[in-house]
Amino acid sequence: MKANMFIEWLKSREGIYYLLLALLLVVVFPLALDSFRLNMVGKYLTYAFAALGLVLCWGRSGILSLGQGIFFGLGGYCMAMFLKLEASSPENTAIQSTPGIPDFMDWNQLTALPWFWEPFHSFSFTLIAVLAVPALLAFIIAVAMFKRRVGGVYFAIITQAIAAILTILIIGQQGFTGGVNGITDLRTLMGWDIRTDEAKTLLYFVCVGMLFVCLIVGAWVMRSKLGRILLAMRDQEDRVRFSGYDVASFKIFVFCLAAMFAGIGGAMFTLQVGFMSPSFVGIVPSIEMVILCAVGGRNSLLGAIYGALIVNAAKTFFSESFPELWLYGLGVLFIAVVLAFPDGLAGLYRRYVMPLESKLPAMLRRGNAEAQTLPVEEAK
Amino acid sequence: MSPSKQDFILAVEGLTVSFDGFKAVNDLSLYLEPKEIRVIIGPNGAGKTTVLDLICGKTKATDGSIKFQGKELTKMSEHNIVRSGVGRKFQNPSIYEDLTVFENLEVSYPAGRSVIGALAFKRDAEVIKAVEEVAETIFLTEMLHQEAALLSHGQKQWLEIGMLLIQKPDLLMLDEPVAGMSVAERKKTAELLRVITENHTVLVIEHDMQFVGDIADRVTVMHQGKVLSEGSIDHVKQDPKVIEVYLGH
Repeated sequence: MKANMFIEWLKSREGIYYLLLALLLVVVFPLALDSFRLNMVGKYLTYAFAALGLVLCWGRSGILSLGQGIFFGLGGYCMAMFLKLEASSPENTAIQSTPGIPDFMDWNQLTALPWFWEPFHSFSFTLIAVLAVPALLAFIIAVAMFKRRVGGVYFAIITQAIAAILTILIIGQQGFTGGVNGITDLRTLMGWDIRTDEAKTLLYFVCVGMLFVCLIVGAWVMRSKLGRILLAMRDQEDRVRFSGYDVASFKIFVFCLAAMFAGIGGAMFTLQVGFMSPSFVGIVPSIEMVILCAVGGRNSLLGAIYGALIVNAAKTFFSESFPELWLYGLGVLFIAVVLAFPDGLAGLYRRYVMPLESKLPAMLRRGNAEAQTLPVEEAK
Repeated sequence: MSPSKQDFILAVEGLTVSFDGFKAVNDLSLYLEPKEIRVIIGPNGAGKTTVLDLICGKTKATDGSIKFQGKELTKMSEHNIVRSGVGRKFQNPSIYEDLTVFENLEVSYPAGRSVIGALAFKRDAEVIKAVEEVAETIFLTEMLHQEAALLSHGQKQWLEIGMLLIQKPDLLMLDEPVAGMSVAERKKTAELLRVITENHTVLVIEHDMQFVGDIADRVTVMHQGKVLSEGSIDHVKQDPKVIEVYLGH
């Protein structure tokens, strides 16, 4: 019964879009790209996690967060702390004045591991922390803001300020955090070298898998009654409140969920790129995440993923060719999207491509009829 | 003097709210009996909408008490006031334009009101039945699966009333329900209100005297935050104070 429903869903238009994305990420990219480029795509996809969260939080619920870098960074730092501890075994760090602690601590005259680093010896703790630390901070911010009915631009500015504060804090507390360099020289995950090409390819697939988990969770939330309440809240907050809902609790939920998505993205970033630094936490990356989401289409989960791929690919291309122009280009892109296509690529797709699709079934049916007459081997 | 407090579904006493010294509602008292249709009329700025805001918790009272079925509302949060049985319709139709009529009513259905509840909420036969029943009452059965943005102004007003009805409130507060409606729509709305009052107490703000005469059991006239006159429609129409500040214009 359930399996039948799943197959039916896969045959639906939405199901086909998911399949196409899976095909692109799982088959086309790994076959078409060398391991260096594939690793880059994996890196781009880590931003897609944050963009997915923004679709729920911004597109669906109208809560613009200019601080998703905070949660991306926290997830990334949690993973980096675990990997760094593993890389800082007493044997590896025998030349330090205090062996067994991360190198940057030793340079900063620390002689013992700070207490909050201790639990990151455990991988299971780290996995929980990747979700829980961003969610906890998001919860605190959300309760403080939404219970007081702070919203809109004020909320956006506050999240941005927190992103700036967190960056400054990380840079300032060099001995605990690795400062402006971040946490670098990460080597192994439970003894498995993550720097090899094979490891990076495998991590790419793990990243794609996690992305699909988040995508499905996001789609499930959007399709539930909660998803409709979020949309209702975006358009008529008072009507929802005076229909007996505690609006703040829904905002807190969706903001925490978005933070968790970003946290997973950050952890996958650390694993694939091999380091984490404050430059992925602050204002600029946070705004980039909003742009990815806007370009892809802030109301479309799939759009956010394509947005992350396309904008990041463009970023790589342009910043290699015209490094000083890239930031301006990004700004222009954002303004253009907001003014001209507020629903982003997904909106353009819905407006221009979908009408063509309705002509497609007739063509496909003809194609299928032909295909069925072919022998199976040939059809393959 | 008046019947004992237990007889009233809503008892507002000495209600005052002041915005920076300006008393929008000033020492107002109002008593509603169960199943009554009460209409509040009065000139612009008399504080009519503010009274509804105070009852539903949108505005917090500076002083006074609002007792609904024996419960004090002035200290309760908005969603708890709604859950205890007070429904409020806003002046401009507040509906969810991107959702269908069905979804509008479903979002208003009083189940799955917590985060977890909303995630676990299932569109079962009971929900569908409740939505269809209300849709019929508000003349929107044909439109059930249309986007609410496509409705006419009058239909949007009805939809919002429907969104309240599905919550089965004991007290229904409507802020100018027929504003901007055609004559035919007004007639239908009056008919709708009559059906509604079989099971609910209704508090309405309205300007259209014809409509007020059609529906009201009792009328309260407000002026400068106070009750100017109260009684049957004929009584207030002949009250010289009312004629001077309101009807005379």
